[in-house]
Amino acid sequence: MIFELSEDHQMMRKLARDFAEKECLPGLEERDEKEEFSRELFAKMGELGFNGVVFPEDYGGTGADYISYAIIVEELSRVDASMGVTLSAHLSLGSYPIYKFGTHEQKMKYLKPLAEGTALGAFGLTEPMAGSDASGTRTMYVDGGDCWILNGSKIFITNAYYADTYVIFAQSDRSKGHRGISAFIVEKGTPGFSFGQKLKKMGIRSSATYELVFEDCRIPKENLLGKEGEGFKIAMNTLDGGRIGIAAQALGIAQGAYEAAVKYAKERQQFGQSIASLQNTQFTLADMATQIEAARLLVYQSAYLDSAGKPYGKQSAMAKLFASETAMWVTTKAVQIFGGYGYSREYPVERMMRDAKITEIYEGTSEVQRLVIGSQILKEF
Amino acid sequence: MNIVVLVKQVFDTEAKIVIGADGKIDDSNVTLIMNPYDENAMEEALLLKEKFGGEVIAVSVGAAKAQETLRTALAMGADRAVLVSDSAIQPASDDFAAAQALAKAVSELKPDIILTGRVAIDYGSKIAGRVAEILGIPHVNTITKLEVEGDNAVATREIDGGSEVIEVPLPAVFSAQKSLNNPRYPTVAGIMKAKKKELKTLTLADLGLDATVTGKMQIVGYSLPAGRKGGRVIPGEPAQAAAELARLLRAEAKII
Repeated sequence: MIFELSEDHQMMRKLARDFAEKECLPGLEERDEKEEFSRELFAKMGELGFNGVVFPEDYGGTGADYISYAIIVEELSRVDASMGVTLSAHLSLGSYPIYKFGTHEQKMKYLKPLAEGTALGAFGLTEPMAGSDASGTRTMYVDGGDCWILNGSKIFITNAYYADTYVIFAQSDRSKGHRGISAFIVEKGTPGFSFGQKLKKMGIRSSATYELVFEDCRIPKENLLGKEGEGFKIAMNTLDGGRIGIAAQALGIAQGAYEAAVKYAKERQQFGQSIASLQNTQFTLADMATQIEAARLLVYQSAYLDSAGKPYGKQSAMAKLFASETAMWVTTKAVQIFGGYGYSREYPVERMMRDAKITEIYEGTSEVQRLVIGSQILKEF
Repeated sequence: MNIVVLVKQVFDTEAKIVIGADGKIDDSNVTLIMNPYDENAMEEALLLKEKFGGEVIAVSVGAAKAQETLRTALAMGADRAVLVSDSAIQPASDDFAAAQALAKAVSELKPDIILTGRVAIDYGSKIAGRVAEILGIPHVNTITKLEVEGDNAVATREIDGGSEVIEVPLPAVFSAQKSLNNPRYPTVAGIMKAKKKELKTLTLADLGLDATVTGKMQIVGYSLPAGRKGGRVIPGEPAQAAAELARLLRAEAKII
């Protein structure tokens, strides 16, 4: 067992950290305040090869492993959690299903620009009546002869409105349950495909989240992803990988808040000494550091398993569960260490605490992760 | 056009300097980076290559760890790299020995242009002039602009209160100022390709140099600068406080 990052991984970390600090940090507060998505930053990440980092070069990627990907999302999120989820949703949710289940033609047409960074991807599964339970999907499709016709709506779609390519799940016959679900690639601008409300959020405010609306939206026959009825399998397989991205995002948020807390604790003077010299503060910082390190090992382990082609569903659920709860705990404690300043928007820990909360909710709530882990471990005995 | 870039591995600008139990600077928990001015030199070399073609070779003298910095140079786009690493040299601080080793390594590469940073941010060493002197070629320091025309180069360099334009025949050595350019990031693809590029490690013996290039300097000891004393608040009404401040600056600090 080797618990050290390779030289390549260390270089990726430095690159992603430099990018986050030099490119994402300026204007970050303003983007958060104005709920502004930056397509420009996304394009810059594409030039560096982040946007398709795990995909083969033939399809516009760079052929790196999932540990590299996790490190990049972690380092982006350490500074800017919105940028972290933009990349995670683009790569793990918007691009991966096309890579994994698409035909060569679909990959050349859709995956290549996504991986190269000229196109932005999104994933439409969640609906008002279908969140954790994907089989409740009510967006319907029918075979229109020379096309598929979609009707229905999706909510909470990350990267929506700005994204160019959407992987959309729809049901053919509700009596079939999850066996009636199929996946489709839908381009922005397709007649009958429009956007509903922009979601106003507590955190990750510079990540775009919109509703999608399909009204007799006709899409080409060749845009069916996988086979008819495979949608549920595609969605579940995609979400297994997506959890690594969100776990890495949560890890980065926790790391950012922890570093801010250590720095502040050493500077802040109370009762004639720095608060870092108080044992209570030291205990909190020690717990933060320990939890973050444990989360990091889980995240990299699940990324390693994914790269090695081994089963990783349980590990990625554990990583996502533990890293997101760590992020929430660490950011809450970081705000506490900052006291009144921590509650103010003048310091970054306030934003980090708001950003952390969503990691316990999206791409499978903590409760769903426990279900996944629980059912897995019971099967093992 | 063959371009050699001299790069040095240095402490991260935010690194905390710690002296270890052996009395030496402890770099075990320190992030090491490419000297920031050398990044400008790398960028200029890559721009020249894009314009004129040729090869960019990164050269460093340092500990085995300095390979990491050369990998960064390769990831940015250098074609190959050479590391001179020999336990007989203390390259971080011994400029004389470092320059001898670099000059020898460089001369074998037959470059048209040698670029490096104007200063290394760790020990403040300025290697460009030394290397150029050993090689017997011109050098221009602290350049903010470089144009190559045939066998000549026109460099603009920063001087007190203005700039100076200097024309030199090639080969020549140039040291980069920050404002020369905006260094590119390595890319993920660049990082992946870097490990497949040639990175040669040479000893002094490989270069045909002997111990006479070292040993001109001996490090006697290291100490940290004294910690900063806390500030002093002068209480009272602004006018009286200002008067007291002026008195203290004159009587105690003796600076006015």
